[in-house]
Amino acid sequence: MLSVTIISIILLYSLKRPFASITVSEEWKRLFNYGLWVAVGLIVLEWMPLPGFLDILVYLAKYLLVGAIVFVTLTFPELEHKKGMIYAWLPIIGISIITDIFSNLTPEFYKNWESYFKTGEAFAFIWAIAMWIINAKQKKNLERERIKSLEKEKELEITEELKKQLEKQVAARTAELLSQKNELETTLKELKSTQTQLIHAEKMASLGELTAGIAHEIQNPLNFVNNFSELSNELLEEMKEEIESGNYNIAKEIAEDISENLKKINHHGNRADSIVKGMLQHSRVNSGEKILTDLNALADEFMRLSYHGLRAKDKSFNADFKLELDPELPQVEVVSQDFGRLILNLVNNAFYAVHEKKLKLDKEAGGTSDFHPLVKITSTHLGDKIQIHVIDNGGGIPKSIIEKVFQPFFTTKPTGAGTGLGLSLSYDIVKAHGGEFTVESTEGEGTVFKIVLPMKGVR
Amino acid sequence: MNILIVDDETDVEILFRQKFRKEIKSGMMSLSFAFSGQEALDFLAQDNPPLVVYVFSDINMPGMTGLELLKKIKERYPQISVSMISAYGDSENYEKAIDSGAKEFFTKPIDFDFLKNEIQELVAKHKSNKQ
Repeated sequence: MLSVTIISIILLYSLKRPFASITVSEEWKRLFNYGLWVAVGLIVLEWMPLPGFLDILVYLAKYLLVGAIVFVTLTFPELEHKKGMIYAWLPIIGISIITDIFSNLTPEFYKNWESYFKTGEAFAFIWAIAMWIINAKQKKNLERERIKSLEKEKELEITEELKKQLEKQVAARTAELLSQKNELETTLKELKSTQTQLIHAEKMASLGELTAGIAHEIQNPLNFVNNFSELSNELLEEMKEEIESGNYNIAKEIAEDISENLKKINHHGNRADSIVKGMLQHSRVNSGEKILTDLNALADEFMRLSYHGLRAKDKSFNADFKLELDPELPQVEVVSQDFGRLILNLVNNAFYAVHEKKLKLDKEAGGTSDFHPLVKITSTHLGDKIQIHVIDNGGGIPKSIIEKVFQPFFTTKPTGAGTGLGLSLSYDIVKAHGGEFTVESTEGEGTVFKIVLPMKGVR
Repeated sequence: MNILIVDDETDVEILFRQKFRKEIKSGMMSLSFAFSGQEALDFLAQDNPPLVVYVFSDINMPGMTGLELLKKIKERYPQISVSMISAYGDSENYEKAIDSGAKEFFTKPIDFDFLKNEIQELVAKHKSNKQ
């Protein structure tokens, strides 16, 4: 028969050990160690010859110890997993204690019933083995579960790691995209402001080109104003003399001349005035306001400005120009400064083209060729449309580049001579008025720029 | 004595006619006007030899410039005196004009007193030539 104390030692030892993945805390382990020391102490005391009452105390301590182990294991939830083991040992403990008590207190009775005690013991052992097998199975299952859950945990960890990585990547990408977006926005802003600046610069450049033309166009009427006013003064003197001499008829004639001269002074004053106004309008920041405009007058004004501007800049330049304007052309609502710029651009280009051709032909002829450079503006009223053509007999545009002439920054002029924005801006201007802007050109013969404006907005 | 004035500004005609009203009235001279180089050449070609003895031409005209006209007149009618009028008193135009045989080079606004003197001298010379 196993000693109860030995059972205590076995129980305490196995309580310390982990069950599958479950381990007890350090505090419990310490407690179990104390229990082991007590059990070892009790074994020593059992072997020692002790006086009667001490012997009884040792017995009581043995039972208390094993009882405490059973009680603690069954009571505390931390030791739940060891319950199976206690249940396995419980019959053996019971039999051991009963056998102990009976064999010590009533040896007679024990001897008579010993076979029954042994049978109980055997059953207790069978029970313990069965329980052990069940426990082992449970442990295996638990172990399997543990491995499974470990694997799951690992998977979860991997998934978590991947998720984290993804999140990091997403965050990085998002930040990248955001910074790219900001960068693009800044670039767009810069581009927009550059565009505005370029348009303004182009406008100012064409204004600069105009300066000489404007000066000439103002100087001419001013000369007339001065000449006619001086002349009128002289005529007044003459008129006085004639009146004094009594030649009233002649005086009357002179008076009529003076009146005509004053009309001329007025006319030329207005001419200068309208040129200054036109120039101011051209240089003003574009308000985009559409006003009723006489396109014939605009064409005439800017043709002259362009011609005299080019003349003043380049003494070798000369060309003829013609205006074939439809007197029935209705006024149209347009942004007049934009349209002025449009005509100026086209006419400047046309003059440039005929001049280049003239220079080329003169060179080939080794002197003066009989080429007659001509730039023409025609206007036509076509029902619900207005058509304006700017025609030149210059060198024409080669087929290979004619598609490109409306593209910004495309220019055939030498560096510094053109911004490459003129036609592109002209195109934008026509489009902004809902019109059509096309070009037809025959190499060596000349070019026609055609503007067709819808009549909506016409009064 | 016939004088031809060439300028693309048509009001020049009124101006000159009034400036020289006395001279025209007295029959001392007559004025003709052309508003382009080509018109001037056509006018000169009407009579052979041309009646015109003096041409005043603006330089700055569309089509044929005054300088081109000057060359052509001097080629065809070397006896005709030609003076140039320019809005720009620059030396380049001046030299070109004088090299091509221009008699005088006037800058706008025209100094009419100087021009009158020039014409009076011309008339006097014309008269003495005739005598």
